Amino acid sequence: MEFKSRDFSAAKRILKIRKLNVGLTGRPKAAPVLDGIDLDIRAGETHCLVGESGSGKSVTSLAAMGLLPPDALEIQSGLIDLEGFDITAARPAQMRELRARRIAMIFQEPMTALNPVLRVGEQIEEVLNMHTDLSTADAKARTIDMMEQVHLPDVQRIYSAFPHQLSGGQRQRIMIAMALILDPDLLIADEPTTALDVTTQLQILKLIAEMQERHGTAVLFITHDMGVVAEIADTVSVMQKGRIVESAPIRDLLTHPKEDYTKKLLKAVPNLAPRPSRGVSAKSDVITVAGLDMTYGGGGFFRKSEGVKAARDVNFTIAPGRTLGIVGESGSGKSTVARCIMRLIDPTAGKVTVAGTEIAQLSRRQLQPHRKHFQIVFQDPYRSLNPRWTVARSLCEGPINFGTPRDAAMDHAAELMELVDLPRDALDRYPHQFSGGQRQRIAIARAVAMKPDLLVADEAVSALDVSVQAQVLDLLDDIQEKFGVAMLFITHDLRVAAQICDEVLVMQKGLVVEHGPAGGVLSNPTHEYTRNLIEAAPGRRWDFANFRALDSAPANQGATA
Amino acid sequence: MFLYILKRVLATIPVMVIVAIFVFLLLRLTPGDPAAILAGDAATPAQLERIRDRLGLNDPLLTQFFTWMGQLLRGDLGVSLLSNTSVAGMLADRLGPTINIALMTIVISVAMAVPMGVIAAWRHRTWVDFLVMSFSVLGFSVPVFVIGYILIQIFAIDLRWVPVQGYKSPAEGFGAFFSRAILPSLTLATIYIALIARMTRASMLEVLGEDYIRTARAKGVRENVVLFRHALRNAAVPILTIIGTGFALLISGVVVTESVFNIPGIGRLTVDAILARDYPVIQAMILLTAGIYVFVNLLVDVSYSFFDPRIRY
Repeated sequence: MEFKSRDFSAAKRILKIRKLNVGLTGRPKAAPVLDGIDLDIRAGETHCLVGESGSGKSVTSLAAMGLLPPDALEIQSGLIDLEGFDITAARPAQMRELRARRIAMIFQEPMTALNPVLRVGEQIEEVLNMHTDLSTADAKARTIDMMEQVHLPDVQRIYSAFPHQLSGGQRQRIMIAMALILDPDLLIADEPTTALDVTTQLQILKLIAEMQERHGTAVLFITHDMGVVAEIADTVSVMQKGRIVESAPIRDLLTHPKEDYTKKLLKAVPNLAPRPSRGVSAKSDVITVAGLDMTYGGGGFFRKSEGVKAARDVNFTIAPGRTLGIVGESGSGKSTVARCIMRLIDPTAGKVTVAGTEIAQLSRRQLQPHRKHFQIVFQDPYRSLNPRWTVARSLCEGPINFGTPRDAAMDHAAELMELVDLPRDALDRYPHQFSGGQRQRIAIARAVAMKPDLLVADEAVSALDVSVQAQVLDLLDDIQEKFGVAMLFITHDLRVAAQICDEVLVMQKGLVVEHGPAGGVLSNPTHEYTRNLIEAAPGRRWDFANFRALDSAPANQGATA
Repeated sequence: MFLYILKRVLATIPVMVIVAIFVFLLLRLTPGDPAAILAGDAATPAQLERIRDRLGLNDPLLTQFFTWMGQLLRGDLGVSLLSNTSVAGMLADRLGPTINIALMTIVISVAMAVPMGVIAAWRHRTWVDFLVMSFSVLGFSVPVFVIGYILIQIFAIDLRWVPVQGYKSPAEGFGAFFSRAILPSLTLATIYIALIARMTRASMLEVLGEDYIRTARAKGVRENVVLFRHALRNAAVPILTIIGTGFALLISGVVVTESVFNIPGIGRLTVDAILARDYPVIQAMILLTAGIYVFVNLLVDVSYSFFDPRIRY
């Protein structure tokens, strides 16, 4: 695989951070949030800052922007030098002058980073109004020109559109136009592609590289995704608990990581090589889905509308102990299928047979006794557990509803906690007292408490750090082996699908475009859309866990080691 | 946009019809014979019968209802039993003062409360925030008449800046209107300032934590622009709701203030009508109040879509 690893030692140094300490405001004795950060970025260079959530990546970038929330975090000591200007000593007015002009930033969520009530053109133009004396007409012309540079289609229309009328990729292009319109020396990109589909991610990464090339911008790119790092970085710093533990050119870091933490991070990166498939058992299928259709909307008060066909003619079966993955980008209909099967929404047509009962057409009341056969784990463990309930109450509620005596339910809850590797005495705690990974374990325990035949996991590991992701995937694997539960695993991430699925079903715009054993679909895709998805997966040619390229392995293994 | 407004307007019709039916039944079904009240204690049964006949009280209920609705649609609200003059005319006379005072109150409240709330949210957990919140608690807890009398004592009696009581319409000169309207408006405004400031602060606090505020700051936008252009518009929907409900409540709830300041508005008209069992006037008052609520809510609904482009049903 090709790395950038360009040498910038001769280029002008744009940002120099030395011994930067950031701590809680007014509490100099408390443990520091950033502890002695050193960082250098030169003109034209892309420096990636990687680490897990809470490692201090975003705090570093906000400190450089002078945007630390003043009532929570403050710079306690150290130097942030932007081309000879010390940011730590800047007055608010000076800092405002620097932003957008010399140092600009784009954020993770293009959904929320743009103001929903202002037209996107106005939002870009505002930068010019704040920092230049351009006339209204000139400002608009320059805005339009910038929007063309970031390859937005139909620029005149998009200029007066509101953010909610644009796609995620278009919104991120608006953010990039906004950040780069004054040609800053340094662009800070804080997880700018994490919320995007892989194919959109690829386009945005290309765009950032193109803009960087054209303007010679230095880029500080923050991400948790080693795949993205491998694609775009010249140099990398690995952060852990507020410190930079290792800093190196990209090739050195990926081939010869020095620190254990870096090795651990790299080993946790999932790759596209599918795991060996489980044997098909002789027992009958747990779930059979036939001709499932789901159309949203339709009807309408004044005129009949067509409605959105979110899923069309979906068919599959899952045997006990096997996992089917549904993969696809946002809007492909994968979550719609999961919700239809859970009967969280009512399918428009088709049959869903779970544990021998056809449930698609049952009324809510008729469905109630069958609910325990199928359980779901949601994406965001921060919102899927009731924050005012203890873990015990969340775990026991379901079984008690189905007639388990309270004592028996409590005993079972304690066993479940052990099953998911959490201490028994944690039962009396509340969700906010756990980390994201632990919460997802609780959510899994809650689903398993019902002894379901089918477990639906809707993007269940997507919100987690890679190392935690790997652990939760292992846990799901264990549970499946122990209880022989069938699993439907919904994910946008092909690498995750490769780790856990026996079979894969690829959806695009509500249609199933490919369906087969995971090995076949992921290594020899027959449909173009699947191929595009695989092509777009960042870092797919690198075997992170073994510090070598995938395409040259294993023949070249000796040469690289 | 036009379709949206049209839909909202059409949706008010059933509400008003239901209110009208309710008002009609309410009076026909309450104990107490209007004819007996009108005729006085000394009336003979023959006199009562004549009065009932004249008011149409002997017709079947359905006939009475359609007659009444017909009159209503033509703007005829009947004749006051007490003063024997047209109710519509009485309302028109009294509505002016009330609406003028209410408008002035709302203008004062919004002008003071919104900046207070914005600054309190911006300077969250500082003495500024604390001061605004303390004022807000005070505004809620002190009764309207106490504030009214305190203001009269200070500004009318001690300082002699404005008259103690009375009302002059703006047509008679803005100065004359303003000097008489300012104290009642301030009196009424205290509670709305408290309410709107609180709502603004809460709503702004939420919005100031949003990503797009960080984006605005990252663009080098000045703080006042961050607050008023980026944040306040996003915080507007709950604030508008409070202002709208507040305005409607104001018009229907000015009884005490109008009494304290001796203003001939609909508040006092209502009190007089209830005391005298002047049914046509009471009916008209209920209809008017409901109408004001429906109309103000309509305005608020429509203004949402102006502030937030995502609301276009």
